[in-house]
Amino acid sequence: MIDLKGYGPALLDGAVVTIELALLSLALAVILGLIGASAKLSKSRVAIGVATTYTTLIRGVPDLVMMLLFYYGGQVAVNNLSDYLYDAYGVDFFFQFDPFIAGVLTIGLIFGAYMAETFRGAFLAVENGQIEAARAYGFSRWRTFHRIIFPQMLRHALPGIGNNWQVLLKTTALVSIIGLTDMVRVAEEAAKAERMPFHFFIPVAFVYLSLTAVSELFIKWLTKRANVGVVQGS
Amino acid sequence: MAETSPLICRDIYKTFDQLEVLKGISLETKKGDVISLIGSSGSGKSTFLRCINMLETPTSGDIIVHGDPIRFTTNRKGERIPADNKQVELIRARLSMVFQSFNLWSHMTVLENIVEAPIHVLKVPKKEAIERAEAYLNKVGIYERKDYYPAQMSGGQQQRAAIARALAMEPEVMLFDEPTSALDPELVGEVLRVMQNLAEEGRTMIVVTHEMSFARDVSSQVLFLHQGVIEEQGTPDKVFDNPDSERMKQFLAPNF
Repeated sequence: MIDLKGYGPALLDGAVVTIELALLSLALAVILGLIGASAKLSKSRVAIGVATTYTTLIRGVPDLVMMLLFYYGGQVAVNNLSDYLYDAYGVDFFFQFDPFIAGVLTIGLIFGAYMAETFRGAFLAVENGQIEAARAYGFSRWRTFHRIIFPQMLRHALPGIGNNWQVLLKTTALVSIIGLTDMVRVAEEAAKAERMPFHFFIPVAFVYLSLTAVSELFIKWLTKRANVGVVQGS
Repeated sequence: MAETSPLICRDIYKTFDQLEVLKGISLETKKGDVISLIGSSGSGKSTFLRCINMLETPTSGDIIVHGDPIRFTTNRKGERIPADNKQVELIRARLSMVFQSFNLWSHMTVLENIVEAPIHVLKVPKKEAIERAEAYLNKVGIYERKDYYPAQMSGGQQQRAAIARALAMEPEVMLFDEPTSALDPELVGEVLRVMQNLAEEGRTMIVVTHEMSFARDVSSQVLFLHQGVIEEQGTPDKVFDNPDSERMKQFLAPNF
């Protein structure tokens, strides 16, 4: 076993932070993605406009710039809002915009835009007859979505979700730049202090690699389940 | 008092953009009626069937299911829309539809397809829904395929499963939208035989079809649609052997 010079527990805590950050961001991204996809597929011109602006904007701006904007800009916005509320209504409202929240919001927002495109394509791939049959048998809109559309679109969405998830997981490393003590941040400090970059960064690389490898297995399993009822060519 | 009619359609009009597809179609059923809708492609017969269960909203006209008229309102754009979606869902559950391309839910087994709406829409207890489903699968002769997925079966078997799905709703009226048009010729017979049995059991059915022998032998009433109006209607004998309308005569004439 390699000697981590006493940084072992800190690295482990950092890895947990990384995983938490990734999972929460993924949840936010999936929700935003579903909302974005429904908006793009709706008949409302306002909804389509908002969703298109969102995806265009997000996909065109570097992740790092977005993150810095959210972290520093987010705090300024909270401060201003807090001042305004106190002056105008005497409401005492404040919260510290910590790097973790900024990270989840930024990563969730960025990948929500990619997910929206994935879900939109998957939704369009569901045959209309399947939806029509649900309506013809008295399903409500919600039941049609969760019993018919969602299970069927999942099959088309999973490859895209899998890709997005892997990129998302790696993007969490950026959050170390705004001061979150994730795995990368701990490794960076340790590497600087001990002057041993290989010694700390290579294990970190392996942790990311094993996380993505495990996710890949999980996605494979999910894909198999989602493909039930589909006859595939050999 | 006379028995309540399972389904009455009064003066149904349907316009898509500028195109008027239905120009005042009326229909009244008695329990046990088998009504065949025939006519060339584009005559509006499928659109009419889809208006009955509100997959298309008629531009004007009334639909009354077992004495219960569907309520309409207009939206901001001035289009006619159902006033109460819940009512439409309840009515659809009483008019089950069999589609041309089967439309069995592809991610569910045959049995799951059949119990889905009874359990979740009609709130039938699960055990009872399964028993019912198995009985109907027996009736259509594919009980042994109950755990298959739709993609693992032939078109004829899929359509019979779809008929079992419709039966499991124990509907007021069954709507068939060209149920044999997507089938290979050798599979048409098995589906028509099932439908004939249902007709003999006294189920109320409305069938859009190109199968003239079915229309002639099985139905109690035939409606011939042409360009959105009923050109000819009556008993099969009357419509096929003694039509008044020129169009109907042309439609029946062998054209080669």
